[in-house]
Amino acid sequence: MSVSLPQLVKSPRKGVMPGNPACMGCPHTIGLKIVGRVLGDRAVLVVPAGCTSIIVGYGGKESLDMSFVHVPFASAAAVAAGLAAAFERKGLSDRIVIAWMGDGGGADIGFATLSGAAIRNDNIIAIVSDNEAYMNTGIQASSTTPWKARTTTSPVIGKTEEKKDLATIMLMHKVPYVATASVGYPLDFAAKLKRAAEIKGFRFIHLHSPCPTGWRFDASKTVEMAKLAVETGAWILWEYNRGRFEISPPSKPFADPSKRKPLKDYIMAQGRFSHLKDEDIEFIARKIEENWRIVRMLEKIFSS
Amino acid sequence: MGLHRKVLIGNFAVAEAVKLARVDVVAAYPITPQTLIVERIADMVERGELKAKYIRVESEHSALAAVYGAALGGARVFTATSSHGLLYMYEVVWWAAYSKAPIVMGLVTRVIGPPWNIHSDHHDILSVRDSGWIVAMAENVQEAFDLTIQAFRIAEDKRVLQPMMVGLDAFTLSHTAEPLDVPDQSDVDAFLPPREPLPFVMDPAKPFAMGNLGPDEWTMELRWTVWRSLERAKHVIKEVDREYAKKVNGREYGGLVERYRLDDAKYVAITWGAWSGDAKEAVDKLRDEGVPIGLLRIRFARPFPREELLEVASGAKAIVVVDRAVSMGLDGVFSTEVRSVLSGRVPVKSVVAGIGGVDTSYRDFVNIFKRFVDEYEKGETQEWIVPEWYMPWFKG
Amino acid sequence: MWFRYSASHVRDPLKEAEEDLELFRKRMLSPPMEGAAGPTGTWRIMKPVIHEDKCVKCGMCWLYCPENVVSWEPGRVPSIDMTYCKGCGVCASVCPRKAIEMVVEEV
Repeated sequence: MSVSLPQLVKSPRKGVMPGNPACMGCPHTIGLKIVGRVLGDRAVLVVPAGCTSIIVGYGGKESLDMSFVHVPFASAAAVAAGLAAAFERKGLSDRIVIAWMGDGGGADIGFATLSGAAIRNDNIIAIVSDNEAYMNTGIQASSTTPWKARTTTSPVIGKTEEKKDLATIMLMHKVPYVATASVGYPLDFAAKLKRAAEIKGFRFIHLHSPCPTGWRFDASKTVEMAKLAVETGAWILWEYNRGRFEISPPSKPFADPSKRKPLKDYIMAQGRFSHLKDEDIEFIARKIEENWRIVRMLEKIFSS
Repeated sequence: MGLHRKVLIGNFAVAEAVKLARVDVVAAYPITPQTLIVERIADMVERGELKAKYIRVESEHSALAAVYGAALGGARVFTATSSHGLLYMYEVVWWAAYSKAPIVMGLVTRVIGPPWNIHSDHHDILSVRDSGWIVAMAENVQEAFDLTIQAFRIAEDKRVLQPMMVGLDAFTLSHTAEPLDVPDQSDVDAFLPPREPLPFVMDPAKPFAMGNLGPDEWTMELRWTVWRSLERAKHVIKEVDREYAKKVNGREYGGLVERYRLDDAKYVAITWGAWSGDAKEAVDKLRDEGVPIGLLRIRFARPFPREELLEVASGAKAIVVVDRAVSMGLDGVFSTEVRSVLSGRVPVKSVVAGIGGVDTSYRDFVNIFKRFVDEYEKGETQEWIVPEWYMPWFKG
Repeated sequence: MWFRYSASHVRDPLKEAEEDLELFRKRMLSPPMEGAAGPTGTWRIMKPVIHEDKCVKCGMCWLYCPENVVSWEPGRVPSIDMTYCKGCGVCASVCPRKAIEMVVEEV
């Protein structure tokens, strides 16, 4: 099941309305646009504090054409679970409840909430649009900020800890659907949303969202950066769907390290990594290879 | 009207009320001494006696968040907690009230630690008094049951649309079996129709964003609508009290307050919660001795019975407020409120007792009331502005 | 101005509740609308210009535009709503034929 461009064009909702408050080149609006195009007419979005709580508009205007509720920071997956329960009780099972959050709301403060909803197999789609820091409050480090990245709370030497591998953690909750996606590959993301929407239970998508403001690159390069992450092997697109784990088509070629673009092209294009030395990049490369070993192993385990 | 006599502990009575209210979604997290409420509800759901969705959340924050979500989906919802559980929910407590979500919560009042202590005082429930919740407290098991059913009517009433909390004291009510008159389902159904989709429900077909940033003035206007709802709720609470008596079980409690032997009272004692029963016995004792004292039992902390208090105080020489919660650095909690409403019209003595769940008996209330009357008659009221801590075992 | 409301001020509770609900909905529930942040075209420093001769009508600019300001249908040359285009340049960056050029915005 794939999604084509003409299908997206004909969708009943636009997703994002022009004239919204997002920064130039915002990755979240690309992601939200796809969510709206694929599921907008059936979905309610539950959104905790984060960039999207600003992006959605100001003063009586919503900049998405979707049903949307703001909720406290740590509560998104739980509010979504409650909404889904209400819809189930009311016999409105065609409705889809999406908990859309950032990495802070998903991997940090809302992590227990997310884990709780996952283990209960609550009937929601949780999407973490990961821009790898608390961008909305001014670029503070989160648990998904990569090692060495400079943020306003890791301003000189950069972050001293690793990036949390949220999608794999969610996979270990034994839920029916987990995938990674990227704003650089909207059709892949759209297809994953569509497949997820056909499953009942807890579904999780970890969406990679390069942020020009926080990562320090030009606003025109959001998509380029997202693609580079995949092409260098730094971000791996995969999908687990009810027992079957697959590396997604855009990432497939890059299982072979020789096919990858030089990691340096991705790292050094970001201001937050401008202080890195060659040995740091080599260290990151080794960590990336570790991730690939995990993903290849998962593919082998779930190959039925 | 059909009533069946049962003997139930307070927690099971609340669960029974939730069942009769035909709740759609329940989410809760265990905390002593509340847990028996949600255990019993889970049992009812698994046995198919209550057609509801039960969400076993991983924290109280998520418990209130989940029922909040369900309320936004148009469901009738219930959660229960206690003490630290309520504090862990705190952010969502306010979010729910400002969203005008008609949630009903059972709160078994319990001490906040440290030290760990599972007995009853009232700091937990009174920590939400500024949030926009309707906050009530039962005196006995029957009232905990009745208030829980009434809470859905009050919270969901178009004139109100605010969440409501029903308090019951740890162990004194939660774990104490008392006779309970349980009404027929048909009587409850006639009293409590299905919830209307108000103030709004989330619907993908009619998109809007709930809670966007906007001008500060808009926030103030929204708070004004909550203020007005709480004031209107006073009428609704009285109306529901009367209607419940007529349609469901014949008991009318008096609305926001219960007046006990107040008709010719010159001295007025004020309490709330389960120990009001002991305070009433003490009133009887003093009455037997010829002291013209009565009791004003507060049933609703919010909206506060401003009008009732003014009326009762108009005939009073002096008032004593016995508080089971302290506003550190100022006064007993209800004392501050009573003094605030009365603005010096009547001298008010503040007594702080039962903190940490310390048992406060009929004899203690006799001591407290006698000392209050004695001090007033001797004109020793100069220090009444400072609360007196009642600790008869403590040598200082 | 100055407002006071208490239980004793209530005259027509249902009507007053309806007024409150109307105000609540107006202030709390925001319907979808263009321009929630105003005419964001004013943010622009560079503006996209589409060279129709180079355009292969692939729709990549439409697909990736973070603002949803590109109008496009399969087989057509896209157009851009300059009232709201912030000039980020993502469209130019993703265009496979370099048919979109970012030029300095002139005011």
